[in-house]
Amino acid sequence: MSRIAGRFQALAEQGRKALIPYIVAGDPTREVTVQLMHRLVEAGADIIEVGVPFSDPMSEGPVIQLGHERALADGTSLRNVIDMVSQFRQQDNATPVLLMGYANPVEHMGYATFCDAAAAAGIDALLTVDIPPEEVEAVNAELVRVDMDNIFLIAPTTPDDRIEVIARQARGFIYYVSLKGVTGAGHLDVDDVTFHLDKIRSHSSLPVAVGFGIKDAASAMTVARVADGVVVGSALVNAMAQTIEEGGDTEAAITAATSLLSSIREGIDSLAS
Amino acid sequence: MTSKMTQELFDTVPDCDGRFGVYGGKFVAETLMSALAELEALYRKLSADAAFQRELDEDLAHYVGRPSPLYEAKRWSNKVGGARIFLKREDLNHTGAHKVNNTVGQALLAKYMGKRRVIAETGAGQHGVATATIAARLGLECHVFMGEEDVRRQALNVYRMKLLGATVVPVTSGSRTLKDAMNEAMRDWVTNVDDTFYIIGTVAGPHPYPMLVRDFQSVIGRETRVQSLAQVGKLPDALVACVGGGSNAIGLFHPFLADDEVAMYGVEAGGHGVSTNQHAAPLTAGTPGILHGNRTYLMQDADGQIMHTHSVSAGLDYPGVGPEHSWLKDIGRVNYVVANDDEALAAFHSLTRIEGIMPALETAHALAYAEKLAATMTPEQMIVVNLSGRGDKDIHTVAQIDGLEM
Ligand SMILES: Cc1ncc(COP(=O)(O)O)c(C=O)c1O
Repeated sequence: MSRIAGRFQALAEQGRKALIPYIVAGDPTREVTVQLMHRLVEAGADIIEVGVPFSDPMSEGPVIQLGHERALADGTSLRNVIDMVSQFRQQDNATPVLLMGYANPVEHMGYATFCDAAAAAGIDALLTVDIPPEEVEAVNAELVRVDMDNIFLIAPTTPDDRIEVIARQARGFIYYVSLKGVTGAGHLDVDDVTFHLDKIRSHSSLPVAVGFGIKDAASAMTVARVADGVVVGSALVNAMAQTIEEGGDTEAAITAATSLLSSIREGIDSLAS
Repeated sequence: MTSKMTQELFDTVPDCDGRFGVYGGKFVAETLMSALAELEALYRKLSADAAFQRELDEDLAHYVGRPSPLYEAKRWSNKVGGARIFLKREDLNHTGAHKVNNTVGQALLAKYMGKRRVIAETGAGQHGVATATIAARLGLECHVFMGEEDVRRQALNVYRMKLLGATVVPVTSGSRTLKDAMNEAMRDWVTNVDDTFYIIGTVAGPHPYPMLVRDFQSVIGRETRVQSLAQVGKLPDALVACVGGGSNAIGLFHPFLADDEVAMYGVEAGGHGVSTNQHAAPLTAGTPGILHGNRTYLMQDADGQIMHTHSVSAGLDYPGVGPEHSWLKDIGRVNYVVANDDEALAAFHSLTRIEGIMPALETAHALAYAEKLAATMTPEQMIVVNLSGRGDKDIHTVAQIDGLEM
């Protein structure tokens, strides 16, 4: 069983929901990322979603865009990101790590080269925002070859027949984008999320995590009532950026992120059945 | 080129997945996939619909002012020497560039879809102005995304858009030019996909945009064909157009692709020279990759990050290019070449002084290459240059380069 499947299964047995923090690798600097990952695990992360910085992050709101810009300014490449996970794995062989990014850096490295390096580093899955099922064949073949999961997005605008197509190809879990918009937008509609999760579950037995628009314990709890996992991104990236902007050092930035994550952990665990 | 390049070959692209060979496709976030499918279905239906075509033709005739003249630049040809040079006068269109051909078409699609709001990205501001213009005419809300750098260097067009009732949104991310404006327009579209139509200004973006923008711009080449036969009695020996995203070029080239005897030259922005990193010539100096919804030649670094570009003309200052051009390059049907900033500026002055026609700085790149090409040809041969737009918007930039404070 893959690390991701194992983690969701263990959580389900405990009646708990997966907490999935998203960070941008190399933000604010390359030095911080591995340490930040360990600290997120201590603060209750079940799976870590590591953003691969890209010059043109079209699906990101302003907060995460700036994270990508900071990471690139520090010279973070896809190779570096893979190395960071490899380093993380020296101490943590249990927490699933998924890379989330855009097609071009991965395609530029070459899908086979990427998959070999990623699998060797202990990366469990890939989510490429701009590779929909229509374009996924080439990268998917390589992911299958190295036993990595392929995480797909389903959106509020995804019609039933597409949900079915995506569900057939997805491995690990399905990521439901809770709103029409970019990351960090604020208009989460719980009824709509519930409606769509029911539809997704009628096509797939994979766990479904929900992201985009979850910013605190309250919004995470609302979503965790119906989803198998919650993804928190902009709120964490913002907590760190703001701390640094106000003169805090990287330790303070990490603490800002981990205390937010702990509060969300507590919130969603209070729902545990 | 080989003799296998028949009309059938060119009719096969894009295929049903939006591919031109290995290029093109639909590389966008899931949220937009159904909007693209809806647009494609509607477009396929309407492009075969006589009433829609009639409405489009009427707009092109009476609002845009088509057909645009095919003008022989005799004095300029004489000065340059060699082939006769003809200018396809897209600068005489309403709003002053070829961009409006496409905007009128897409705005009609928006109307048929019942969208109340349109958005656009713009570099030089010509596509933004064209979109703001049609939005005013149709009573649609209009938001135009424009890189902060371009807002500065195309101030005249920014004010034109405001007068037309559009909201101009300066984009401060990334390189603050056209590519970042396109990112921001995509972000807006993802957020407002229910009531908003995204009018993309060039043959880039995800399928079906490269196809439908090409089709709307092909009126340029269709007219040129008829005019060449009527005025000169033959097809042109060579076609020359500048290539930013590639819409004016594909519009001129497409109806001639199967005519072996017509040579084609797409002129990219060489900026300070393609041996520097200060240019915008992905077909000449780039490699294939994925950006803005399609696979195409890009300017990218060793890590697959998109590079900052440079061109004196905002409309060519883009690191990618329409996927059909990438395919046409690979199959060898079109030659892609460059003109540098200084060559374009010289051509700008030359045409202005000799023909009394002030071209856009984008267009001036095509003119600069045409000068070189003509000199290698004979007076029995003819070149058609797509005069894609007029240069009023660039007066400020040119004055500044000439050391004048305006
Ligand atoms: C006059 C003119 N020509 C050419 C271009 C370049 O665009 P394309 O390559 O799509 O024709 C622009 C873009 O702004 C323009 O304004």
